[in-house]
Amino acid sequence: MNILRRNVLKGAGAASAVSVAMVAGLLKPGTVFAAEWNKAVFESKDLGSVMGSVGGAGAAAGDINVKAPDIAENGAVVPVEITSNIAGTDTIIIIGEKNTQPMLAEFKLSNGAQGYISTRIKMGATSNVRALVKAGGKTYTAAKEVKVTIGGCGG
Amino acid sequence: MAEPMKIRASMSGDTAEVKCLMNHPMETGLRKDAKTGALVPALHITNVTATVNGKVVLDAQWGGGISKNPYLAFKVKGAKKGDKVVVNWVDNTGDKNTAEAAIG
Repeated sequence: MNILRRNVLKGAGAASAVSVAMVAGLLKPGTVFAAEWNKAVFESKDLGSVMGSVGGAGAAAGDINVKAPDIAENGAVVPVEITSNIAGTDTIIIIGEKNTQPMLAEFKLSNGAQGYISTRIKMGATSNVRALVKAGGKTYTAAKEVKVTIGGCGG
Repeated sequence: MAEPMKIRASMSGDTAEVKCLMNHPMETGLRKDAKTGALVPALHITNVTATVNGKVVLDAQWGGGISKNPYLAFKVKGAKKGDKVVVNWVDNTGDKNTAEAAIG
């Protein structure tokens, strides 16, 4: 029995190659619809908390023109035109102060879009239509009162 | 399904004004049905984006407080005649629509 066998047993403990997974922590956000719809703010029924969450609490008066009718016969359709003369305007927010859900819309402007938005809003009762404008990291505000004879949010 | 929206873009000076009219019921979710008294579920546009020649110029979020069949107008400086304007919206059910026009 001269048969010599050499069994070289490699230890099972040999370092198994741990592939270093490159965990990329940066997930690229969607580019077109950049912002997820801000449900909490839009469905909030408290004006104070809405103003707080959109940065309107300490807003300074600014050169913003809120054009809306003095009296709206139909609160379901109130034309509103907001023109901001503040240089570098990048966001316009429209708030209906006495609406059940005060937050109406937020417009982010870029690539040459001017500080101008015209749209039509619903108003539940006579109140201020408030515009918040963000420019250069600061928030400015202006408002115009609209008298509503028939509310647009009832049923 | 969503009906087509109307869009028109025109130059005045160095600024293009884009106007669009969308077809949407814009239910807030707060209104009660007159007959049954049940709440009408929310159905409104949540996001609107607009691009000029592929560049985003407007990225908006809306609540139910925008009127039914929404109207929207905005102005873009530096756009030129013939530039392509595209407006997209998505509502809270995921329904979407898009329209485009050349600036005239």
